[in-house]
Amino acid sequence: MNVDGMILIGLLRCPETTASYDADAWNALVSIARAEQLLGTVARRLNGIAVPPEIAGILNEARINAGYQRRAALWEADCARRALADIESTVVLMKGTAYAAAGLKASEGRHIGDLDIMVARDALSATEKALLAAGWEWVKPDPYDDAYYRDHMHELPPLIHKDRDRMIDVHHNILPLTAKPKPDAVSMMAKAVLLDNGLYVFAHADMVIHSAAHLFADGELDGGLRNLWDIHCLLDEFSADDFWSELQLRATHHGLWPAVHLAARLAHLVYGTEIPRGWRTKHWQDRFYLKRFTARDAWGRGTRPFLRLLFYVRSHWLRMPPLMLARHLWKKWRMG
Amino acid sequence: MHEFRVQVGPARFRIGSVWEGPIRALAELYRDYPTPTITDYTVRLESVSFLRRYIRPSVAINGDFMLPDAAPLPLAFALLAGEMAMNVQMALGWRRHLLLHASAVEKDGKALIMTGESGSGKSTLSAMLGHMGWRFMGDEFVLLDLVTGEAMPFPRLISLKNEAIDEMQTQVAADRFGPLMRGTPKGDIRHLVPPRDAVQSMGVPARPALLLFPSFGFDAAVRPVAPSEVFARLTQASTNYVALGESGFRALTGFVKAVPARAIDYRNGDEALMLVNQLWDALT
Repeated sequence: MNVDGMILIGLLRCPETTASYDADAWNALVSIARAEQLLGTVARRLNGIAVPPEIAGILNEARINAGYQRRAALWEADCARRALADIESTVVLMKGTAYAAAGLKASEGRHIGDLDIMVARDALSATEKALLAAGWEWVKPDPYDDAYYRDHMHELPPLIHKDRDRMIDVHHNILPLTAKPKPDAVSMMAKAVLLDNGLYVFAHADMVIHSAAHLFADGELDGGLRNLWDIHCLLDEFSADDFWSELQLRATHHGLWPAVHLAARLAHLVYGTEIPRGWRTKHWQDRFYLKRFTARDAWGRGTRPFLRLLFYVRSHWLRMPPLMLARHLWKKWRMG
Repeated sequence: MHEFRVQVGPARFRIGSVWEGPIRALAELYRDYPTPTITDYTVRLESVSFLRRYIRPSVAINGDFMLPDAAPLPLAFALLAGEMAMNVQMALGWRRHLLLHASAVEKDGKALIMTGESGSGKSTLSAMLGHMGWRFMGDEFVLLDLVTGEAMPFPRLISLKNEAIDEMQTQVAADRFGPLMRGTPKGDIRHLVPPRDAVQSMGVPARPALLLFPSFGFDAAVRPVAPSEVFARLTQASTNYVALGESGFRALTGFVKAVPARAIDYRNGDEALMLVNQLWDALT
């Protein structure tokens, strides 16, 4: 059976296709969806659709997991809000926790891991002190890594809470300082929206822009299908005539229009997202992204190692200038 | 990939391996168990690299759920790798019952549940009782129904360690044992196929009637355990208590209220069996 990640894409696009699945197809689908952290989303998409009883049990388990992750993520967000009540900055939730807090469709069934927040850059050291006082601890005590984060990254080294064992990433921008685009973090913070529960999330356009930046400029496309599903849901939910022009303006302002345009094109290609006609241009490299996104076999194993390597090197290339990359990889290699 | 599928209690596994040997060994030991078509979890016994498939072959313990720090094992310990990988799927994946790290046996529709640290003897005790008139329900996990509170069996292969191997070899026919694996990270290990009735009745639950916390290596003694302590220790013994949220809390508090609990100390198997039988007759 020649299966790859296309089986998962096919289901997310059209859940009714599962009517033709045999046992092998279901087994492959479940393993691939777990590997891509999309089984909870699959369970949402299959709500109300008849499936074999064994699969119903698996999907119910995925729903319980998604409910737990949502609960734990929102609790963690509130713990951070209370710990940071006195710092002189808004605290903006990012990614999965933000989607859940704002009640967006992208959060339905979504796997949520670490807590990601953004604060003003000049409030970083106050944030760090407040979190350490409230029970968070450093994960990586290595001096090179620590200095690297502080000098070149858009976030503090990760912290983990000693009792709850949950990680927090404190950002002051959405891209590493070494990357070519320089997003306007001050403006993103200023336009952030206050929710009823006292937490902030990015305004719609900035939310999509961060999601796109995260997918391409700041990652190796691991978990790409999940991140792209976020973008599909966000675009679908925010879609309105004036949203698209606002999104393009904002993306251009942050230097991220190429990333946002690519993300929108790929969402259209992969999940059939409705995007403006003028955005649907053809680019030869888009097919490689699709090949990379779907690089899994029927056992859930990653395939296409050469393509993965290319994207891995590319992700570092985008993150830092070449000489710096060489020094960084040399250092990492020596440390083993 | 060579493939083998098996159902243990309510859980269905698909096990794949780049080597044929481990798959054949698993199929042989799990010969009494049903073969499912659709499976809940996939386990992969893979080589850590292409070369290590042939030279000093080493098994990486992979699957739908993985522990990031799970060290690979030599191919000679592939059965142990398979056992550990299946455990990881249950510990990290199973959400249909409250999962307790415990062993259990059944008599008259009532379950005796034993929990404790590795080395407490809970696994050996369940194996011994399971071969002397009790029905063996499992030596690693007990699954508590979230609504009824009944215990569901998970009678995987019994994983005997060190002295327990000799103990059981005197009682059970040789063709029920897997190969002896000497010097694994967990000591000597030998798998034992559970008695046939345990496998045939693996879909039949039992009402929990007694909870024991055994400790091996101390003079024989019995102590009551306060419900608060039972509750706290069982939250530690459950891998999915937190994830299940309110339904897990209800199932666990229901269990603690309904089931008497005792800690027992013992120096040898006979002493333990005597204490178990005394307590069972007195409390159930």
